Amino acid sequence: MQTAEVKKKKKFIAILALLFLLIIMMFFFSVSTGVIKIAPGDVIRTLLQNGTAKQELILFEFRLPGIVLALLIGAGLAVSGVILQAITQNELADPGILGINTGAGLAVVLFIYFFQGDFVSASQWSIFMMPFAALLGAIGAAFLIYVLAWKNGVNPIRLVLVGIGVNAGFGAFLTIFQLKMDPQDFRQASVWLTGDIWNANWTFVGALLPWILILIPIALSKAYGLNVLHLGDDLAKGLGTSVERERQMLLLIAVALAGASVAAGGGIAFLGLVVPHIARKLLGPLHQYIIPLSTLIGALLLMVSDTIGKNLLAPTQIPVGIVVSILSAPYFIYLLIKAK
Amino acid sequence: MLSFMNHSSPLKIILNVAAMILLLLFIGVSVSYGTTNIHFATVWQAIFHFNPNLTSHQVIQELRLPRAFSAALVGAFLAVSGAIMQGMTRNPLASPSIMGVTDGAAFALVMMLAFFPHLPGAGLTVSSFIGAGLAVALIFTIGAFSKGGLTPVKLALAGVAIGTMLRSITSVTAFHFNLEKELGFWIAGGLDGSSWAHVKLLLISGIIGFLVAVFISKSITVLSLGEDMAIGLGQNNLMIKALGVFSILILTGAAVSVAGAVGFVGLIVPHITRFIMGTDYRWIIPSSAIFGALLLVVADIVSRLINAPFETPVGAITSLIGVPFFLYLARGSGGGK
Repeated sequence: MQTAEVKKKKKFIAILALLFLLIIMMFFFSVSTGVIKIAPGDVIRTLLQNGTAKQELILFEFRLPGIVLALLIGAGLAVSGVILQAITQNELADPGILGINTGAGLAVVLFIYFFQGDFVSASQWSIFMMPFAALLGAIGAAFLIYVLAWKNGVNPIRLVLVGIGVNAGFGAFLTIFQLKMDPQDFRQASVWLTGDIWNANWTFVGALLPWILILIPIALSKAYGLNVLHLGDDLAKGLGTSVERERQMLLLIAVALAGASVAAGGGIAFLGLVVPHIARKLLGPLHQYIIPLSTLIGALLLMVSDTIGKNLLAPTQIPVGIVVSILSAPYFIYLLIKAK
Repeated sequence: MLSFMNHSSPLKIILNVAAMILLLLFIGVSVSYGTTNIHFATVWQAIFHFNPNLTSHQVIQELRLPRAFSAALVGAFLAVSGAIMQGMTRNPLASPSIMGVTDGAAFALVMMLAFFPHLPGAGLTVSSFIGAGLAVALIFTIGAFSKGGLTPVKLALAGVAIGTMLRSITSVTAFHFNLEKELGFWIAGGLDGSSWAHVKLLLISGIIGFLVAVFISKSITVLSLGEDMAIGLGQNNLMIKALGVFSILILTGAAVSVAGAVGFVGLIVPHITRFIMGTDYRWIIPSSAIFGALLLVVADIVSRLINAPFETPVGAITSLIGVPFFLYLARGSGGGK
């Protein structure tokens, strides 16, 4: 028993190191590719403040904020998915499918609509307020779904169906409001419906970073609770966990992570669904492993998707959410076929 | 299925006739309401004593009448498609938009516009039939491979997955070929820009699809009681299902090629008509057509009212009406167990 535990720890550290390596490699690849290429050597030189003014501009003002945002959003959505799947005991749960992302997106659009009128003039103050608006929307959505799915308790199947319905409803409101603001621009609407890193700058990084840095460690500290809840309510009660309180606390963390991520990245679907499955495949169901792994896999996956979206059909930029959907929908279908 | 009256034919006929009159009335409202309101009397004259020198008559003949007729036909087609799907699969959530069929048709349309921009209108319509067929084929493949078949929740999730994937590929193509405006139109759904050519196209495909639907309606009733029962009664289920799918593809494909992905009409209307008309699909299919037409004509009027002078996509309106209904179904039979 002891040796199995040690083996698992070793494997965990090895995968973690591998993921770090992949992220760093992908990071350099991602930074150096684009309409204007910068050689990896130049990237390092520029990062060490020794690049040309042009390289510095491209790197620090355009590419880095987008990449850092992709890493943060990917991590946030993935961990949110981990928590949601554990507490609903539903392997097909995800902030996107359940409608939490769309709720957060709607709140952000309403916030912009009522306080500024358009997307271009987003001030520093309002950027820092956006995650809070998104959080309110996400909490509202989660609450609505929970209430609507309640019928002598919440059954996981009903939860998913209600989530799909609520998602469609928020989507319709989004379309209406979006077109009120800018009747022609469907591309903006796609930010909130499918997800796009729509305003890549350092202010947004600053607004999102504290949420990720605080909430993911909290989630990790509750790994034991997640393990227990994942086993089912009866067992959790038997093991002395106050199920409802623990679940509500964790739900709040998941919703906050999703909300903050949506404020910066729109309604990216499927990422929070697929990543936890990959993590579980790699190292089994224990959340003290799944959460760190999912953080890194989510970050990596979104950075890769972002790079693909920016370069595959350049100069056409594909919104990152669309790339994620195309990459992960087949995996979702595979999970669906396998599920009972 | 509960029915609110027990199969008294005269009452059903009266209800259908009433819905028909209401439909004509709302078509009248739809034609007279717009950026410039036109009096009912003028509408009447424009139709029966057309005078090409009057602008109002021109507007009615060239813009508003085709639009109102398109709305009615598209609504009818989607509702009939939904009724056939629900009858054949005995699945309360089956409908063109939930199953991603509308997304499939839009996918094929954008692909054709991107790669064969000079395709004539008929080619576009045929491609939307094929796109709708692609989505249906994908859903049934998922159903065939999955353990326990397509339960309502699996059907809904498979529809979400297929729909999202097709829509994503559609978006990428549209962004690359600068078809964003067309994309927005097809994803959100809309009836502005409907012309007599569209009405003609709808009528031709509609007559074929609808006749097939009526022809198999009795067999669908039997099928809706259970597959074993149908076999026991000596019915060729495969043949009926093939004809049903054919009818769905024609009706949904034609509807999407004219109005884009208008959601939820095919979900709600069959449930309402089943509630009123009972379980006999010989009644359900024709009255679904009438009620579907009524719903979409009204939704189209609302879509012009809500943010005038701009138009709101009619698909957003039908979603707002449809979502509470979907939730009701999800809480009841769909999500039960």
